[in-house]
Amino acid sequence: MKKLRDRAVALLDEGTVSLVIGYEEGTKRPRPLFCRNSETARKLIFDSRCFHNLAVYVTKKELVGKERFAVTAPISTLRSILQLYVENQLSEDKLLVLTVDTSGELREFVTFDEISAYVAQFEMKRGEREQEILAKIEGMTREERWKFWMAEMSHCFKCYACRSACPLCYCTKCVVEINRPQWINPWPSPLSNMEWHVNRAMHMVGRCTACGACGDACPVGIPIDLITRKMMEDLAPEFGYIPGQPAKQGNALSSWKLDDREQFIR
Amino acid sequence: MSSSTDFEPKIIAFVCNWCTYAGADLTGTSRLKYATNVKIVRFPCTGRIDFLLLLKSFAQGADGVIVSGCHPNDCHYTSGNFHARRRWIAFRTVLDLMGVDIRRIQYSWVSAAEGSKWADLVNNTVADIRALGPYTEYQKVADYLEKEGFDEEA
Repeated sequence: MKKLRDRAVALLDEGTVSLVIGYEEGTKRPRPLFCRNSETARKLIFDSRCFHNLAVYVTKKELVGKERFAVTAPISTLRSILQLYVENQLSEDKLLVLTVDTSGELREFVTFDEISAYVAQFEMKRGEREQEILAKIEGMTREERWKFWMAEMSHCFKCYACRSACPLCYCTKCVVEINRPQWINPWPSPLSNMEWHVNRAMHMVGRCTACGACGDACPVGIPIDLITRKMMEDLAPEFGYIPGQPAKQGNALSSWKLDDREQFIR
Repeated sequence: MSSSTDFEPKIIAFVCNWCTYAGADLTGTSRLKYATNVKIVRFPCTGRIDFLLLLKSFAQGADGVIVSGCHPNDCHYTSGNFHARRRWIAFRTVLDLMGVDIRRIQYSWVSAAEGSKWADLVNNTVADIRALGPYTEYQKVADYLEKEGFDEEA
């Protein structure tokens, strides 16, 4: 952690980067910190409590500007960064990625290949919470699932925090802002809430890296991250991609295979 | 609620212009009789059929949906139906997770020469949906706080 802080201070002092995005101590838990000078960078921390997906900021042009910048990233953020790279949202000459590996050593990545090789060592696993809720959902009948999600969706008040927290929701104009036609009604109601979440999941096909930022951002605690996670778990083996790893055969929905499953087509 | 014997399912069919629409046309010109419960919406390609349209059909009172286009390798635009097939696989996965009744969405390939297949498809789907009954589960939710929005678009 100290090494990372020192490195960030050095990078800013040298002028290699103009901005370091990292974490600082918050009132209850760590919060994002944007360092434009070494003074601020001394407040940087990095430990297992740092879960905010800072990759959400790297596509914000008004924030990162035209200069090179650095971001501190745990594994889940690294996966998001790789996915953004696959979607041509990032370039290597603008970004420097800092992380601390399991042995406490500072790692600095300049190229996306390095990140990809590093991330490949880590297996994607369900956490305790995810396993518990998903096991419950998997054990339900269809009617029970409908009731479960309708009850959950009735809490949603369409704050779109899930959208803001997601590093891959970077469209400048979202489908819910389009009102000719109005695809999804803007007021919160169980149906339009469900439509929004189905829509969000569909836009995440082959892209979601299951970082859990959406579920964590939800102010009413709907486990929305599990919709995209479950979908990702079901579809990744079938479509032959590894979430958070560069797609070798193109993105899931912009490519196809001749032998894709079609038993459901009569 | 009407009893299941006099329930007439409302079915919306999203079909592609080049194969299934022409196929349905052939059904008519061949004077084959089929169930009248289906309302056909013509699209340039199955790749153009947005998944939200399917949800919107249910919200507006459809009991079942048919989605049909060219057979694989027959697409007028070469690969539209392959892309569509992928999207349907993903869509079915998401809907099943959410608890939407995916038996009510019938996917099919019907070519321009398969007039009789179209008649069979509609008849079989109508029979299936009739057995499932009206989709009140979805429509009950759709009627709640949603009606106003649909009138605005008219």
